Amino acid sequence: MSDVSVTKARPKLPVDGPTLANILAILALLVIGGLQYPQFFSPTYLAQQLQTGAFLGIVSAGAMLVILLGHIDLSVPWTMTAGATVATAVVGSDPQPWISETGLLAGLLVGATIGLVNGIGVAILRIPSMIWTLATNNVILGVLVYFSGYYARASQPSTLMTWFGTGRTAGLPNILIAWAVVSLVVLFVLRRTTYGRNIYMVGTSEVTAYLTRLPARGVIVASFVFAGLCSAFAGMLLAGYAGQSYQRMGDPYLLPGIAAVVLGGTSLFGGRGNYSGTVAGAILITLLASVLSIMQAPEALKQIAYGVVIIVMVGFYSLRDTRS
Amino acid sequence: MNVFLARHGRPLISITILVLLFTYFISIHPRGLTLGVVTAWSNQGTALALLAVGQTIVVMSRGIDLSIGPILALSNCVASHLVDGTPAEIALGVVAVVLVGTACGTLNGLVVVFGRLQAIIATLATGAIFSGLALIVRPIPGGSIDAAFADVMTWTVADTIPAAFLVIAGSALIWYPIRKTRTGRTIVAAGSLENAAYASGLPVRRAKVLAYALSGFFASLGGLYIGFQTLSGDPSIGLSYTLNSIAAVVIGGTALTGGVGYVIGSIAGALILRTIGSLIFFNGIDPLAQPFFEGMVLLSAVAFGSLRLLRITHRLEMFK
Repeated sequence: MSDVSVTKARPKLPVDGPTLANILAILALLVIGGLQYPQFFSPTYLAQQLQTGAFLGIVSAGAMLVILLGHIDLSVPWTMTAGATVATAVVGSDPQPWISETGLLAGLLVGATIGLVNGIGVAILRIPSMIWTLATNNVILGVLVYFSGYYARASQPSTLMTWFGTGRTAGLPNILIAWAVVSLVVLFVLRRTTYGRNIYMVGTSEVTAYLTRLPARGVIVASFVFAGLCSAFAGMLLAGYAGQSYQRMGDPYLLPGIAAVVLGGTSLFGGRGNYSGTVAGAILITLLASVLSIMQAPEALKQIAYGVVIIVMVGFYSLRDTRS
Repeated sequence: MNVFLARHGRPLISITILVLLFTYFISIHPRGLTLGVVTAWSNQGTALALLAVGQTIVVMSRGIDLSIGPILALSNCVASHLVDGTPAEIALGVVAVVLVGTACGTLNGLVVVFGRLQAIIATLATGAIFSGLALIVRPIPGGSIDAAFADVMTWTVADTIPAAFLVIAGSALIWYPIRKTRTGRTIVAAGSLENAAYASGLPVRRAKVLAYALSGFFASLGGLYIGFQTLSGDPSIGLSYTLNSIAAVVIGGTALTGGVGYVIGSIAGALILRTIGSLIFFNGIDPLAQPFFEGMVLLSAVAFGSLRLLRITHRLEMFK
């Protein structure tokens, strides 16, 4: 009995339908781009794409745990900005290495705190996540704008942040390694831990999870904390990559972060989805933007292509679901 | 009395808050209660109020419209091309803008109903498309809108009542007759229990498409109204309007879970948000503090909703 449910929830192949669809779309984009610009296939170019996609990848890793619960985290933009701003402010207060590097910890602490507030509002105060996280996002925005004006006071990243953002180890960009580490953690958590199993249970039916004495509230709070950590981490890496923290740095990551998860086949109702799809979705979105840039498409066309790809692919998944 | 409060209690709270805030605003305004002050105040909130009406209708059907801001931006950009010239040209231009907005809304409805996409992701995607179209229509802010016509819409009618009041009242007056129709009632029924509504033979699909179409319609009116205020088009105004329209709906007492909604409450919610901005300005508080206060108001408004937890008698009611 239990064997059956385990096989169902945990497919043997790491590549499921939506992931495969994403990979096919990625290959199609590579062919389209490569036909016009041969340098498209060069390892340097591909590594560069993965490097710019890593910020989105880390954000969507956090977004996925929340979406698997049937919730959503709209506080991503200002959690990223808050993590980066606080981290660079600590760096600015004293450039001594052993003090400035605590900025990273401070940034992560900010992310975890925001996640905790989000989780408490959703799990214990029972407020719809879409509204609660929208409100916390506005409050963080308010606090940051009030204390630092429309520009960050000290915006220089620390040595370690710069190393993460721009450095390379054994030929690979460090930020790509960071994304890989986050991904391995998420994969391990979702597939090999009780907490990961509980995420799927709570996402499928919170009432049932509660009645079977699963720690439903704890699972929700923990997932929001994880999402907050991911956002803050991505924000600090972005500050290291860009050489500074700045207001609104997180804005371009909110909707694409959700889109990557959904393109990867995770249902917004919760309870269903594979992490491999999220990774593929993040790569697809990054590559789509890059192909259109290289073809010198105007911003308007990028937005339209982005919308059409989401509708076509997600529409395809839902049609497939209805048939089966 | 209890029945009345149970039915209208939540929007009444937001209307009371609005009256209190407005009274305070007038008391600290250097010019006090004059027609000019009231007109300027109502002009500021009109576009958001129109948007909030549209968002409420979609929320009642248990959906959400994240493309409402992009539709507003697109309509605003189209208006900056067409609403100018002779009276006949202006009239045609207004009709064209409204048609564009309604068509965008209808497209949302079709994608949600027939594409079977979840409303969040469907309107997120169409919102990107509408933002792109807005950028094509007007790559950088500019254009022109007939100033004489805009003056009529942003000033007063017969020196007694701000035109914006009539616009806001008109939006509610458009909705209430629609709600009385079979399709209009189905919007609410579908939000309450979609399967039951469908099984009862109600036109659920048509009702949902209508809800999104109306949302697009009100968004286009909002875009027009912003045009009357700025006399130009701007493609980048969408995102903040989307988020604020949701905030206005929640402050107005409508739950995102569908099946019930208060258009009047949402209008009050929109005006509350805008009044806070003016209050901060006239109180001499640092304008940089404005986003913080707006965030705190939204946070308190939604936290207020969790007071129901104190009333539940059975723990499973928590999950409703």
